[in-house]
Amino acid sequence: MGLLSDPNRRRALTNLLTRLNAPICVVCYLAGVMWFMGLAFEPFTLRTYMSENAMGSTMVEEHFPAGERALATGREFAAHKKKVGGMPVNWLVKTMESRGLEVFTQSFTRKLPFPDENKERYLVRGTNVYGILRAPRASRTEALVLTAPCSQGNANNQAVGLLLGLAQYFRSQVYWAKDIIFLVNEHDLIGMQAWLEGYHHTNTTGGDWSPLHGRGGSIQASLSLELSSDVITSLDLVLEGLNGQLPNLDLANLFHAFCQKIGVLCTIQGKLQRNDWESTSGYSHSAQTMMLMVLKQASGRPWGDHGLFLRYHIEAATIRGINSFRQYKTDTTTIGRLLEGMYRKLNNLLERLHQSYFFYLMPSLTRFVSIGYYMPAFGLLAVILLLRALDLWVQLGASAPGTEDGLAEREQSPSSPGVLSILTPVVISHMTGVALYCLPVMSQEMAVQHFPVSETEAVVLTAIAIYTAGLALPHNTHRLLQGEGTEHGWRVLKLVALLYLAVLLGCTALINFSLGFILALSLVPIAAFITPHTHKPLSAAIMVLLSPGCTLLYCVLIFQELQETPVSLQDGWMLFLSVISQGILDHSLYGSLVYPLLALLIYPCWLLLWNILFWK
Amino acid sequence: TAICQSITQLMMWYANNAKYFPPPSTAKDQFQEELVIKPLHSGDIYASFQFRTQWDTDFLLGSKVSHYRLFPKSLGQVISKFSVRELHISFTQGYWRTMQWGQPFLPSPPGAELWVWFQDTVTDVDLAWKELTNVLSGIFCASLNFIDSTNTVQPSASFKPLGVGNVTDQRFLRYAVLPREIVCTENLTPWKKLLPCGSKAGLAVLMKSEKLFHSSFHSQALHIRPVCKDWQCKSTSWELRQTLNVVFDLHTSGQGKREWSLFKMFSRTLTEACPLASSSKVYVDITDNPQLFELSPATPLVSQAVVLGDGRTYSVYDLTDHATFGQTHSLNVLLRWRAAEREMLRPLLHGERYVAGYGLQTGEIHTLVYNNHPYRAFPVLLLDTVPWYLRLYIHTLTVTSKGRDNKPSYIHYQPSKDRLQPHLLEMLIQLPPNSVTEVTVQFERALLKWTEYTPDPNHGFYVGSSVISALVPSVVAMDTNNTQERPLFSSFFPCKEESTYFMRIYTEPLLVNLPTPDFSMPYNVICLTCTVVAVGYGSLYNLLTRTFQVEEPSQGLAKRLANIIRRLRGVPLLT
Repeated sequence: MGLLSDPNRRRALTNLLTRLNAPICVVCYLAGVMWFMGLAFEPFTLRTYMSENAMGSTMVEEHFPAGERALATGREFAAHKKKVGGMPVNWLVKTMESRGLEVFTQSFTRKLPFPDENKERYLVRGTNVYGILRAPRASRTEALVLTAPCSQGNANNQAVGLLLGLAQYFRSQVYWAKDIIFLVNEHDLIGMQAWLEGYHHTNTTGGDWSPLHGRGGSIQASLSLELSSDVITSLDLVLEGLNGQLPNLDLANLFHAFCQKIGVLCTIQGKLQRNDWESTSGYSHSAQTMMLMVLKQASGRPWGDHGLFLRYHIEAATIRGINSFRQYKTDTTTIGRLLEGMYRKLNNLLERLHQSYFFYLMPSLTRFVSIGYYMPAFGLLAVILLLRALDLWVQLGASAPGTEDGLAEREQSPSSPGVLSILTPVVISHMTGVALYCLPVMSQEMAVQHFPVSETEAVVLTAIAIYTAGLALPHNTHRLLQGEGTEHGWRVLKLVALLYLAVLLGCTALINFSLGFILALSLVPIAAFITPHTHKPLSAAIMVLLSPGCTLLYCVLIFQELQETPVSLQDGWMLFLSVISQGILDHSLYGSLVYPLLALLIYPCWLLLWNILFWK
Repeated sequence: TAICQSITQLMMWYANNAKYFPPPSTAKDQFQEELVIKPLHSGDIYASFQFRTQWDTDFLLGSKVSHYRLFPKSLGQVISKFSVRELHISFTQGYWRTMQWGQPFLPSPPGAELWVWFQDTVTDVDLAWKELTNVLSGIFCASLNFIDSTNTVQPSASFKPLGVGNVTDQRFLRYAVLPREIVCTENLTPWKKLLPCGSKAGLAVLMKSEKLFHSSFHSQALHIRPVCKDWQCKSTSWELRQTLNVVFDLHTSGQGKREWSLFKMFSRTLTEACPLASSSKVYVDITDNPQLFELSPATPLVSQAVVLGDGRTYSVYDLTDHATFGQTHSLNVLLRWRAAEREMLRPLLHGERYVAGYGLQTGEIHTLVYNNHPYRAFPVLLLDTVPWYLRLYIHTLTVTSKGRDNKPSYIHYQPSKDRLQPHLLEMLIQLPPNSVTEVTVQFERALLKWTEYTPDPNHGFYVGSSVISALVPSVVAMDTNNTQERPLFSSFFPCKEESTYFMRIYTEPLLVNLPTPDFSMPYNVICLTCTVVAVGYGSLYNLLTRTFQVEEPSQGLAKRLANIIRRLRGVPLLT
């Protein structure tokens, strides 16, 4: 600590930091990016292992025999679904009752803030049906959940069939220690949200649902099943949930262990595992897998019906059957056996899944990167902001007359800007942020009246309009107050902006690493090197290209590229628009925080930097 | 006054109740055994054993007793040593599913429940209670020794004495529930040993543990209370009731065939009564016969009784009669199912409980009480015992029925003390007809000391069942269609016994997660905290509290020497 309390050494250190500031920043940035890309390199990652003792050593056997019957039930379900034109509630209730479950229904209504054009819905009415298998000699304190969505069209009929088949088979077994809830939810996530809020008697997003009458205590784990074909080639595991939350890694391990045991091809992000990590293509494969996970996590939206469970501290994942042109097929009986095995192991749990990691990235199903390994990549980016702030601080201190300890004297120095001149741009930026957050949804009606657009387009275009209008705001309010903007003024403003951004990104990265990292990747360079003295048009162009909105566009394009469905720029733009509307919908329907974070905090912070560029 | 009426009504019921039971007999000790088999609507089957030992000794008078015949000595000594007036203990594995099975004959909460009334001569009740729980823990091989002041309460109205006597001062009552207690064979064996015939003869031969624990519900209980010796009730005798309730599951045990028999349930048949028993009977509930099932062998004996407010008909097999066993010298009662009805029941009184909310900071306990009676309102006593580590915000307590505030007419609340005593909340609530009454109260989860966590802390912490006690209007009066053939003169005014009946139901226990540290990482935690404290806090504190002074550059040795000389000489010093 002598280093900081000894003025001489402190001066030496600050001298070093200010002299070498720019090179250090560049090195840090490159090191951060390199570190991140290195995470996908197999020798740098850890092999997954089962941490939970209750699931590791216990042996279970799988005997589920009735795959064909489950498919028949699925076809029957499809026929009834077609006949009713939606959820065949009565048929489901009857079928579940005949399988010896306690059956309950829940109806819900949800009015979206504006029509969802992707799924073509506005006023959603639906019914969830769930049956509870009561475990013998258990006192309704713990439960496991298996869900299958009742989707529109012909999707997921097999999933419902298999769910009912498993219910029948599970009912005749004696070893259950936890109640098992079989849920068929209508309108995918909206139904799931209604059910979960009903189960926990909360109401976070103002939906309208009828109360539940049957419960099974605290839910320990949940799996969502999506299956749209009679045979499949592989099973895909989806982990990313609301706000980038992930289930405990042991759930992924459990899935992988059973895929190995039963001999089913399993994928994550739709990508198979490869063994040639030494080759370039092997590395790029795992890098792509990890990038996909990062992008999905950063989006903050639930990528399957399981995504909403995570808020309630219920470990959940979606298992999706994929039928491609591969030769080797897996039948429904095998999937049933896989699920049976997983549920038997989950049933053996004494405690909630907690032994393994909650924060991780997966470059493949057998490899993972824990928080301790990926955080340095973000740390290297974040430290740039602090270094720049330190540099500015020292500069501010040095320019004040004749002191080393800049702070105290600077307050009195005549050239120092008043609080007002700093506060005004901060407040104006944030007001713009609030406008960006509120106005699109609020003013959709007006926009629809005056322009020939649909509600959804109105919302998205309003958002883009406000976003762009923010660039043209009066940026030099301090001149009204003080006449001329000073060197000092922009430095203080930049110091504030740097520290603000550092705190913002730091907090974001703790909750959702991927989002924090992507934002840091685009915002840190401009935050670090923006000054009023650079070449204005060029800097402005770079700033716009690296603004949060454009970052979103790149993410959409990269995501499509990684998914092997590249799109043209035109389609990419349309996709970008729909992603914005989905983001706003996710926020109002499920409470996703990405849209408010971007609108209320990140965007104003970027506006502050924009403000500095045009400082006069 | 309405409150007093309701409470006194409940108490009256308790007091009256005790007088009705004693049989008119003059024998010294008596033993009766019976088994009731009740086919349930869900297709499951309910078997309820009751063993009643009556002991004509009155050591309330102070006489020392050393001779035991039928009454188990271990319990007799316990009663006399601890001056117990009444003792009720139950061990239950599973939760009684009221919606599918209707009401049980003797309700009990999941886990272990113990409530004891002591004699009013006991001076230190807490000490007697502590010793008693430890002794019982040994007798029943159960973890009753975990009962301490943090889970013991003294309910003011919910648990009144069931035997004779009129002491109702709650100071002599102790009540505790251990919801986490797991019941298994090691609890069954000592319980069976208390029977006069053990499991050697009589109905007890049916109690094979591998079958009893291959069921949906298992509950064993033991009740000791003083009852009247004769009709005049001049002196009392002790009654020991041992009950065992089991529900067998249709689905897991008989896939294709829908039939039940004694052999299938217990893998034994009956061959004789317990020779020590004065009565030994098997009852089969045939009220729904013959629409629902078919019974064989047929028996001429039929008995009718009003059970839980409902008139039921029973076929009776008297085991003391040799003819019952027939040619094969064994009795294997067989029920063959006809219809498969699986509609859920609507019991008149029904309770549910759950924890609402998410996150590990706060939460809300919701208790739902259903009154499904179409036109009668009735009061219920709700007893909630909540451990201290859920800190109840009692100002958030709300009781609503049909969307309106339903003010409880009587509230007894005893706040918790950290690590000493639990919350006790007792309320008398009037349930409007055909309604759901919701009782909610918010709580905050306490952060425990690290040694206070149970061995598997991420499993969660248990909160015992709420107890709902009520006098429920009988369904006999509701019965308007005359399917049951009863003389008209008998059915106009509902007589008193039938008009209301006492019912106690238990809600499910709760499993609540508390904020739990990561115990698997003490090393990391210690390292991290030490580093943060040492480096971060230390340096900041150092910088903030230190006063900085510009130090004179140190002088060279030559200059210092020169200055000493100069000082001696009196000339100005060098700087």
